[in-house]
Amino acid sequence: MESISTFEIWLTFFKQLWPVWLALAITFTAIYQWRARLGVLGRIFDSPVGIVGLLIVLFWVFSAIFADIIVLFDSLEQSGLYRRKPPGTMNVARGIPYIFGTDTLGRDLFSRMIYGSQIVLLIAPAASLVAYVVGITLGLPAGYIGGKFDTVLSFLANLVLAFPVILLFYLLVAPGIRETILPNIMAGVFFIFPILFALMVVYSRFAERLRVLIPSSIIILAIGAWLYSGLVFNADPLGIVAIDPGELNIFAAVVFTTSPGVFRIVRGLTMDIRTRDYVAAAVTRGENPLFVMIWEILPNARGPLIVDSCLRIGYVTILLGTLGFFGLGMEPESPDWGSMINQTRSYIRLVPTIVLPATLALASFVLGLNLLADGLREQSLKD
Amino acid sequence: MLFFIIKRIFLLFLTVICLSFIVFTLVTIEPNLKKMALNQANMRMEEAAVQSWLDKNGYKRPLLVQYGEWLGNAVQGDFGYSTHFRKPVNEVLWPKLGHTGILMFWVLIITIPIALVIGVLSGMREGTKTDRTLSIFSIITTSVPQYVSGILFTILLSSWLGLFKGVAKAGNITFENFALPVLTMVMYDIGYIARMTRASMVEVMGSQYIRTARLKGMPFMAVVLKHALRNALIAPFTVIMLQFPWLLTGVVIVEKLFNYKGFGSLLVSAADQNDIDVTLACGVVAVVLVLTTQLISDIGYVFLNPRIRFS
Repeated sequence: MESISTFEIWLTFFKQLWPVWLALAITFTAIYQWRARLGVLGRIFDSPVGIVGLLIVLFWVFSAIFADIIVLFDSLEQSGLYRRKPPGTMNVARGIPYIFGTDTLGRDLFSRMIYGSQIVLLIAPAASLVAYVVGITLGLPAGYIGGKFDTVLSFLANLVLAFPVILLFYLLVAPGIRETILPNIMAGVFFIFPILFALMVVYSRFAERLRVLIPSSIIILAIGAWLYSGLVFNADPLGIVAIDPGELNIFAAVVFTTSPGVFRIVRGLTMDIRTRDYVAAAVTRGENPLFVMIWEILPNARGPLIVDSCLRIGYVTILLGTLGFFGLGMEPESPDWGSMINQTRSYIRLVPTIVLPATLALASFVLGLNLLADGLREQSLKD
Repeated sequence: MLFFIIKRIFLLFLTVICLSFIVFTLVTIEPNLKKMALNQANMRMEEAAVQSWLDKNGYKRPLLVQYGEWLGNAVQGDFGYSTHFRKPVNEVLWPKLGHTGILMFWVLIITIPIALVIGVLSGMREGTKTDRTLSIFSIITTSVPQYVSGILFTILLSSWLGLFKGVAKAGNITFENFALPVLTMVMYDIGYIARMTRASMVEVMGSQYIRTARLKGMPFMAVVLKHALRNALIAPFTVIMLQFPWLLTGVVIVEKLFNYKGFGSLLVSAADQNDIDVTLACGVVAVVLVLTTQLISDIGYVFLNPRIRFS
């Protein structure tokens, strides 16, 4: 079997990733140029750990964006001739090397790894974002108003947090569950929060200016209803927004397990910031509670929240990998990293390198996010 | 204090009831029951026959009645019958829980001292080289989930160097076949506890009484050992206890990875094979374990921290 040397493997690797290198160079120059105006993100250059983190995270972001240019093969293209081949094996008929080898169905591991980044980098940040909106929408009033509202919500949050995550996944992402309407109900509940939050933001700002409030509320409701019909009921009238039922199921389960943690953090921060002087000043001015929460407390909680969101996206990535590892939710041929690990790990005795692309991709992305979070924390503490 | 404990125990029972009801509802949804009926009675049953089988076995009654019956039995220690093992759940569950207990025992016995030492050493002098190196080490370990590190360790230590076995056999533990699962879990858990300890240590080292102790001429190590440690270890104690849900998830992953037949692999196989009573029992046991550790953590925190105890 014809194959190329280790040096040629890495040469091809660097050559294939040219859009990523180019984009990285442009982004870093841009951030460096305008670092004075970018706040915490600009000061990341003072922290070596933070730079490395940002570099790794952006590497995967650009890999996901330019995946179609980077890959050598299609993610599903199988080849009976080239099964479980070591890195560097040439596909003679096509004249293209399998630079990281192939899996047990003869699919190119390098291309699957790159396509996997598209799935992971779409679902993990999106699910974290929705979890964040849910956590903020509930955590702000719980921390600010307190009382019965807080007691009930905190009890519910602790209820979810007391579940071992894996048990929840086996209960919520089972094939049986997908036959019921439970995933849609869960998604339906969670996707209300972004609409609610947007309305709250607009209302708190323009409560007295009806000429702005009414049109913007109508726009939010229209866009919200459109996305909602596509995501929850899979019945977008325009046919643009659609989500696979399996992905919706995963999405809902991940948001369900993540949002209580966000709720607790936002609640704690709110209880802390509530006692500050500028909040008292706003209350004395006669601002309504919604305004105080969204325009006084939330912006001042952004530091810890940005750091936590980096960690949270990494944690959600690990959760998605766990789902893939247990073969839950994702389509069997899906190239996401967790599923790839699950599909390849039985063959490590035959070809030890077979698991490396997916495992190292997942670990490096999470590591990048954690390093970035550490750098950001270090820099934001200097304020 | 007594009132606090009673209140907490009451809350614990309320939570157990709520959570077990959620687990019960999710496990006994219609599609799961139908599959069980097909497995149990006859694979080629018609829809009507399935419905009548479910009716005959009492699965058509209102959910609350079924849950009440299950709860009544569970309180008396009867968790039902495993359709997969064809044995009462009690005969399956407890031995497996014992296997997992051994695994967890070793993991904790190794993790806690190492993590505390790392945390204290790096938090003792914030910003030094030791601190940075140890911090990056803990960040790396928390970034690599068990299903990644476990596989990498297997390739490295088992396939390449041939030191350990890649499969752990429950009930017949030797160093050779038990080291990898323990190592995998320890690696992931060390980082988190170490970072918590570090944060707590940094906070304590910046406080007034430490400065006073230093200013009166006490040697640095004596200050750390006598004054700082005692206060800095309160937070990690609660963190270790609250780690339990994570630890359980890790156990499930590691047991699947190394084919160790404990509680985790029982939970996975029961959920895969639609073994309703076993899944229920596993779920409830997991939840009770988690809540008990939380209770211990809360009481311990109050006990260790006089400022809370006397207010």
